[in-house]
Amino acid sequence: MMTGAQIVIETLIEQGTEVIFGYPGGQVLNLYDELYRNSHRIRHILTAHEQGAAHAGDGYARATGKVGVVMATSGPGATNLVTGIANAYLDSVPMVFITGNVPCSLIGRDSFQEVDITGITMPIVKHNFIVKDVTKLADTIRRAFSIAQTGRPGPVLIDIPKDIQTAECEFRPGPVMGRTAVNRFTDEQIEEAVTMLRSAEKPYIYCGGGIVSGDAEEELMALANRLDCPVGTSIMGLSGIPASDRHKLGMVGMHGIYTATVAKSRADLVIAVGVRFSDRATGNKNEYLKHARIIHIDADAAEIDKNIPSTLGIVGNVRDVIKAILARLEEASHPAWWEEIEEIRRYEEENVAKQDRGFTPYRIIEAVNARTSPDTPVATDVGQHQMWTAQRYRFESPRTFITSGGLGTMGFGLGAAIGASVGVGGRAVLFTGDGSFGMNLNELATAVSQKLPLVILILNNGVLGMVRQWQTMFYHRHYSETTLDRKTDFVKLAEAFGATGFRADSEESLQSALDRAFSLDGPVVIDCLIDCDERVLPMIPPGGTVNDLVIR
Amino acid sequence: MKKYIIGMLVMNQFGVLNRVSGMFARRGFNIDSLEVGVTEDPERSRMTITMSGEDYDRDQIIKQLEKLQDVCVVREMKPGTIVSRELILLKVAATSSNRQEIIDAVNIFRNKIIDFSPDSLCIEATGETSKIEAFLELMRQYGILELSRTGTVSLDRGTKLLVNE
Repeated sequence: MMTGAQIVIETLIEQGTEVIFGYPGGQVLNLYDELYRNSHRIRHILTAHEQGAAHAGDGYARATGKVGVVMATSGPGATNLVTGIANAYLDSVPMVFITGNVPCSLIGRDSFQEVDITGITMPIVKHNFIVKDVTKLADTIRRAFSIAQTGRPGPVLIDIPKDIQTAECEFRPGPVMGRTAVNRFTDEQIEEAVTMLRSAEKPYIYCGGGIVSGDAEEELMALANRLDCPVGTSIMGLSGIPASDRHKLGMVGMHGIYTATVAKSRADLVIAVGVRFSDRATGNKNEYLKHARIIHIDADAAEIDKNIPSTLGIVGNVRDVIKAILARLEEASHPAWWEEIEEIRRYEEENVAKQDRGFTPYRIIEAVNARTSPDTPVATDVGQHQMWTAQRYRFESPRTFITSGGLGTMGFGLGAAIGASVGVGGRAVLFTGDGSFGMNLNELATAVSQKLPLVILILNNGVLGMVRQWQTMFYHRHYSETTLDRKTDFVKLAEAFGATGFRADSEESLQSALDRAFSLDGPVVIDCLIDCDERVLPMIPPGGTVNDLVIR
Repeated sequence: MKKYIIGMLVMNQFGVLNRVSGMFARRGFNIDSLEVGVTEDPERSRMTITMSGEDYDRDQIIKQLEKLQDVCVVREMKPGTIVSRELILLKVAATSSNRQEIIDAVNIFRNKIIDFSPDSLCIEATGETSKIEAFLELMRQYGILELSRTGTVSLDRGTKLLVNE
């Protein structure tokens, strides 16, 4: 016989969980007691706040491809997870969240630290459970792992009342739930896709997070090669094809690379793989790819025709679909198309504003890029620094870009970098802004306790830069509440947390800070002072089209 | 806006109704009526949802509902291939002078009187939405005191079953 708490830990270990990110509390005392007894078998990372734990589990899952496991107590512990759960949901990250709850007999009576967390999280999980029968506990956890990894991945929450943790029953080991592909495509669809690809004169591959979560990087590169076809990515798909691959044009969308965005608008056939055509990626949907045929390949049937109607929709594991296409597709070449792309590139070279004066964000990103290895995870927060990183950092390996694409969660970065660093067992980089960093900087404590080799670059402009940019462009320079009149000394702050801090206001001071940072084993914060009027360009204004591109 | 009828088999457990109705709410789709009840298999409930919208809304909601773990089958039930019924109970004011007229109307519509008082009649009416609407329109002149109405329930005609889909 085992207690519910024992069953939880046994089943997590059975499912391959090596690390849990979490925070203890009244209704998970029994689970934490079992973690204490099993600390040699499963590692727990204590964060400063449950939101940090959620983002850390998320970063861990993105960096490793494994299921991120997070534990929190009832009530506020559970509600503090909510942003992290929504973040994982919108970016399709496989995660299992375990919360304690008050004993079944107290549920519904507004007991101390009681919330209906399954009710609260219903719209932001793939599925959730409240377990009220200890004999169903192990199978529920197994099912949660299965759901989180089947088809399009996503978060699952299991709420376990305290009396279920103490109740006893027999435990029988079960199968390990792995990633399961859901393929619903037919031979006819593949044949139709191949026919369309053969007749295309200006094909364009547009790939998203599905390439990364579906481990389809190699197949994607093979397809680009076979088709002699340019590749643009969404922010989520950025690490799905190496920057050094000659077919890659870069990120498209609101702040996409000029050539990638313009070439896409001129394509006659777009193969969209593992993307969901978010509004930030498309701009005005009525004008978007109006003249192109679209083949949309995705693991989630509901994505086909949801935002952009496709000529052909194919539902399945993106890797399997591309393989099936490759099996039938002959080699093609499109010299005229590439010539046109080169022309666009020359125009970009001559006309798109460069950030080349002084100590600019691009220079900072390049300086860091020069010191990292191709498999170093690079996390960001949300805002200008995120876009600059997406535009300029040269991602060479899948799962190295850890960013909040869908929800756009300021405060995501530090927790995510911690999780990524734990996941790869080595150095991780975080690009953040002074605004985003201010949201969850308490997790520096976690990075210090865990002795994680994080290099944290705060692109500090003293303002909420992205909002300010919009205020500059669309709100008559009314800088409403975006000027951070703070006196935070990030160097001292880092030191106060037990980390190392440097300040950089020039290329030279940055280089010497990086020299130190990349030789230390613990977390390092580099406070980089940049100009508050640096903008992210190019930019397609919200609801605009490629014709509205702002390039200067 | 068109009307659509969606037939579903779902797990008969806590929270399913919430998950289904929540999906409509958060995706911005309109439910006109929703019926749910346990089936011959006690582990499963059947839901019939009528919604209004365009083909896009129907396609999206079906695909989104298919993703819910507790949903076993979801499909549009196309008019012309199904039988549908609604049920209403209504209380109509009746006096000695118009009572017989109301009873005649109830009989012509093949409905039933299920309760009787000196001042009112309780009527049970079943049928397709159009019949129910017509009957209600007729009763309005006598004074509808109270009304309780179910949503639509539907089955496929012939041997076709929802579960076989």
